[in-house]
Amino acid sequence: MPVWLSDDEYRILESVCARLVPAVDGRPGALEVGAADYVDRLLGAFEFDPPLVWAGGPTSGRMGGDPRFGSFHRLTALDELAWRTRIEGSQGIAEREFNGPVVGLQQRYREGLAELGTGFCELDPPDQDERLGELPALVELIYGHVCEGMYGAPEYGGNRHGAGWASIGFAGDVQPRGWTDAEVSEP
Amino acid sequence: MTVDAVVVGSGPGGSAAADVLTRAGWSVVIFEKGRNHLLDPAEPTRPAADYSNDEIKFMFRHFLGPDPFLEPRTFRTGPEDGEHSHVGEVNSIPSTVGGGGTHADGKVPRFREDDFRLLSTFGPQPEAAVADWPITYDELEPYYAEAERAIGVAGVAGANPFAAWRSGPYPMPPGAPMYGATRSAAAAEKLGLHPYPAPTAANSVPYGGRPACNNCGFCSFFGCPIHAKGDPVALLTRVMATGRAELLPETFVSRIKTAGGRATGVDFVGPDGVERSMDARHVVVAGGAVETPRLLLLSGIEHPLIGRHLMVHFQTIVVGTMAERLHSQRGRAVTHVHDDAIVGDEASRRAAREAGLPWLRGGMVEHGGASLPIVEAKIYPWGEAHQSLMADSPLRERLWAFIMQGEDLAYPDNRVDLDPTVRDVRGFPVARVTYRGRRHELAASAHHGERLQAVMNEMGATWTAVTTSPGAQHLGGGTSPLPESRHVIGTTRMGSDPATSVVDPWCRVHGLENVVVADSSVFVTSTGYGPTLTLVALAARAAAGLAGTTLAVTGPG
Repeated sequence: MPVWLSDDEYRILESVCARLVPAVDGRPGALEVGAADYVDRLLGAFEFDPPLVWAGGPTSGRMGGDPRFGSFHRLTALDELAWRTRIEGSQGIAEREFNGPVVGLQQRYREGLAELGTGFCELDPPDQDERLGELPALVELIYGHVCEGMYGAPEYGGNRHGAGWASIGFAGDVQPRGWTDAEVSEP
Repeated sequence: MTVDAVVVGSGPGGSAAADVLTRAGWSVVIFEKGRNHLLDPAEPTRPAADYSNDEIKFMFRHFLGPDPFLEPRTFRTGPEDGEHSHVGEVNSIPSTVGGGGTHADGKVPRFREDDFRLLSTFGPQPEAAVADWPITYDELEPYYAEAERAIGVAGVAGANPFAAWRSGPYPMPPGAPMYGATRSAAAAEKLGLHPYPAPTAANSVPYGGRPACNNCGFCSFFGCPIHAKGDPVALLTRVMATGRAELLPETFVSRIKTAGGRATGVDFVGPDGVERSMDARHVVVAGGAVETPRLLLLSGIEHPLIGRHLMVHFQTIVVGTMAERLHSQRGRAVTHVHDDAIVGDEASRRAAREAGLPWLRGGMVEHGGASLPIVEAKIYPWGEAHQSLMADSPLRERLWAFIMQGEDLAYPDNRVDLDPTVRDVRGFPVARVTYRGRRHELAASAHHGERLQAVMNEMGATWTAVTTSPGAQHLGGGTSPLPESRHVIGTTRMGSDPATSVVDPWCRVHGLENVVVADSSVFVTSTGYGPTLTLVALAARAAAGLAGTTLAVTGPG
């Protein structure tokens, strides 16, 4: 169940993910690693307490240490103002408009996914690619987040079980193990 | 209550000044507009546990600040761009407890003797305000040595044939060289250059109660999860341990109050949004070379040179793709550097003549790699090729890079002032940066970029490219006119003559002798070196001057 997107929006977004980073040669793509969940949790960050903005530290537990990434940081009033404005838009609220109105990510996604429509899901891949090619601003927005959802820490909702990292041989967060001097200096 | 000193900014400069002042017995209040993710809030003599190997948090979500929505800056290349051509992030150094020290990968070279007497050694340049510093390297050397001990610097004395003299060895031996750096250093040596282990403020052995770096690789732009980077946690923890300092995070100083040629305290806005006032006998300004002149201007302090002579480093970036994987995500981000482009040779003198300039100076060249997959992924196009490119990784696993931090000359029209319309979240005018590189920077970049490309080819690159930051059209690759360099320098220039400088040789504002600037704003020249160690040394010297103490030789911070 998506957190913020509607079921239809989520389905469209998954179809977009499958085209932006398709699975190739047995390596998972953005659909398989759950990049859509990353986007949904960014848009719905304030459905959680603390909001899903900054994962905790210093370790995730994947290489030892305590699993702390899942304990997201509390936000100050100013942090919340910035992130609510970025995500929800300024909506005419005076304190969010000290330098003018801001269009939020939620609105950009809602309008962009509506423009694609559920019909997008039924198109053949080449037609989907052509459709995406007609919407460069929307693709730029989604692609940036898809990259974060592929290769960012799984605690943000994407990169399911580290599958994005595994697909490129990236070790992910390595504290507290780090790397030995030999692993740094040898070929 | 009147405190002995207010310190505005908790970065390397403010921390170094607070360290000297608290040891002299002064009561100090440190103001920091950003959040505290550096010190344990319950026990501020210990580091916190907020930093992590998290690319999203540090690279894409402004964890260390400033958030460009809350605290934008504006930019233009000159008045012909109008009021500004860009609003948002401009040369942002972290706005957080620890300031720029938190995100730097800790390369902390000293300057050379020549850097302090640029005008008398090399002579003037067209358009530029080339000048000598009012102090010499010899005067600063003891403070350099103390700064290296306090924050903990790893390096090898004598490894750099062009280095200035030093009174003793580095406190620590260098850490493990990156595999790629061993290859690029060998290639550079073969072409007659002189690479050496970068002086680095990351522990190679346990030092000052902090562990040795474990090579995690999340270094540049990241806070260190194990606090092996000494700057500025080493200084701040020992400041807090004196019991004479109070740290006020999330608190913005909006004005230095003055009366009768002296500062009397500061006005500030705390986390509750309420404006208050504090009386102080002295004010130390350490906001960095963009925020420091902004505060002086917001305070109505009048001097025609405040904000002028802004320098960054004009970066020349040479990248190459290797057949072999270099695993550059392991290690300290940069482990080797060379200074040949600073010293110059017959070829660079010829390049200067050809450009119609009296001389050209490059900068320290960093040998480093690329390590982060999200940054890499966003460079590649979307579609069928994405996953194959990521797996083959020509721009991460196989990429090597030279970044030259080119010396930027001081020009009066490159400057910081107050933007006429854009405000920060608290309602104060934001800083506007007006900057462009001139003939010297472009010519030096073109000359050295070509030479670095030759080193990249010698290393075995199958593909190379040269770009600059800010973009330089003549090289074809530069795009944005915004300088990427986080080394911001020179906006309250130091000198003996109040007509040509903002602060005196002890970094006191001319005409306001109880106000001291303790950051790289005071630099007279940018040099080709990162500013951190020099600004720490100068801040400690300025604070010692203020407190009337002599240099204390201490151990690890």
